[in-house]
Amino acid sequence: MQISVTINGKTYAHDVEPRISLAQYLRETLNLTGTHIGCDTSGCGSCTVHVDGASAKACTLLAVQVDGCEIKTIEGMANGSEMHPIQEAFKENHGLQCGFCTPGMVMTAADILKNNPNPSEEEIRHGLEGNFCRCTGYHNIVKSIQHAAEKMNA
Amino acid sequence: MIPAKFEYIKASSVSEAIGLLEKHGDDAKILSGGHSLIPAMKLRLSRPEVLIDINGISGMNSITEDGNEILIGANCTHADIVNSDLINSELNILASTAKHIGDIQVRNRGTIGGSLAHADPAADYPAVVLACDAKIEVEGKSGKRTIPATEFFLGIFTTALAEDEIITAIRFPKVANGNYQKFFQSASRFAVVGVACVKDGNSVKVGVTGVAGTPYRATAVEDAYSGSSDAASHAVDGLEDELMSDHFADEEYRAHLAKVMVKKALEA
Repeated sequence: MQISVTINGKTYAHDVEPRISLAQYLRETLNLTGTHIGCDTSGCGSCTVHVDGASAKACTLLAVQVDGCEIKTIEGMANGSEMHPIQEAFKENHGLQCGFCTPGMVMTAADILKNNPNPSEEEIRHGLEGNFCRCTGYHNIVKSIQHAAEKMNA
Repeated sequence: MIPAKFEYIKASSVSEAIGLLEKHGDDAKILSGGHSLIPAMKLRLSRPEVLIDINGISGMNSITEDGNEILIGANCTHADIVNSDLINSELNILASTAKHIGDIQVRNRGTIGGSLAHADPAADYPAVVLACDAKIEVEGKSGKRTIPATEFFLGIFTTALAEDEIITAIRFPKVANGNYQKFFQSASRFAVVGVACVKDGNSVKVGVTGVAGTPYRATAVEDAYSGSSDAASHAVDGLEDELMSDHFADEEYRAHLAKVMVKKALEA
C-alpha cells in the first residue's frame, strides 16, 4: 500500500506491506535505526517516536496508519551537531548506561516537558511508566529530565 | 514479530465500516487504537484477514455536552479524555480513571470505544461505565441501538455487540460525586482490582473490574450501603465461583482485595 510520511521534516513515499510496523519501516526501509525495538508489544517504550506531536510506540502502529502524518524520531532531535537540551542533560547526568532505552526515554521526556515544562519528580516518574530501563538507571534518567527542564526554561 | 498477512482498509464512514464487517464477518477486525489488537496479532493470538481502520471516520472523536449528559465519541483517546475540560468538571471520575490507563504513549493512541469493545477483564473503563450507568451507542446493519452498560459485558473479551456492529459513542450522565480506586498490576499497569463508585445522597452505585471474568455492579454492596457500615464485605457476594486467578493474585487474595478496594471507594 502506498504511503507518504514526513519524518524529521523530510517527506518519504513508499509502498509498504500493511503488516509492517512503523518501527520496522523506520529501521529497515529508512535506516533510521535510532528507534529501537525492545519488547515489540507496546510495553517497553524503546520505540517511542512522536506522531503529529504526541508520543507513541512505533512498534504498535502500522506504517500504513501514519500515512499523511508527521513523525519525529530521535534522529530529528539534535540540531546538526548541537544536541537537544534533553540529550545534553542525559549526557551530563549519566542518564544512560547501555543506552538501549535512551532514544525512547528522550522522546518520552520531550513529550512530558512539552505538556508540563516544570514537572515534579513524581510527575516525571509517572510520565516514564511506559519506558523501561533494564540497567535500572531510573534515578539518573529522572535527574536528567529535571536538568533538561531547568535548561529549557532558562 | 510480524502479524500474519491481512488486508488493510481505511473506512471513511460508519456505514462503510459496517458494510465491510457484514461482508467479511468473522475474518474482519476493527482497528481503533490498536494497542491491544496489534500486540495480539503479532503474537498470532489474533489473525484477522481484514483490518478495518475506523480512525479516519469524522464525527467519532468529539466530546460534547447534551443536556445533563456527556457524549464521548468512540474514537476519543484516553489522552483526549484526560485533557477534556468538560470531562474534568462534569465527569471527573472518568478523567481521573483515564489518567492511570497504561502510560503516556498508550493514552495517546488507545481509545475508549476500542477498550470497551475489547472488554479486557482487567480494563479500567468497564467499572466506570457500570457505576455511572453509561450507555453504549452502537450501529450495525439493522440500524442504531443503545446498550446500557449493565447489559454490555457478557464475559472475558465478550460483549453484547453483534458481529456487524461498532461502538460509535458512549453516553454518560454528569457525575458530581464519583471515584475510581485501582490496585495496579505492578508490571502491566492493568487493574488487579478496580472499583468505581458513584454516590448520590444515601445511594451508591459500584462497578468492579478485574475480579470476575465479567465486570459487574456490586449490587449486594449497593443494597447494604445505606444501612450498614460493613457494606464492602459484600463485594464478591454470589461470585465465589467466578473469581479470576493468576500468578499475581489467586482467588482468595482477589476476593479480599475487592473488599478492601470497595471500602476505599465507598469512603473516598
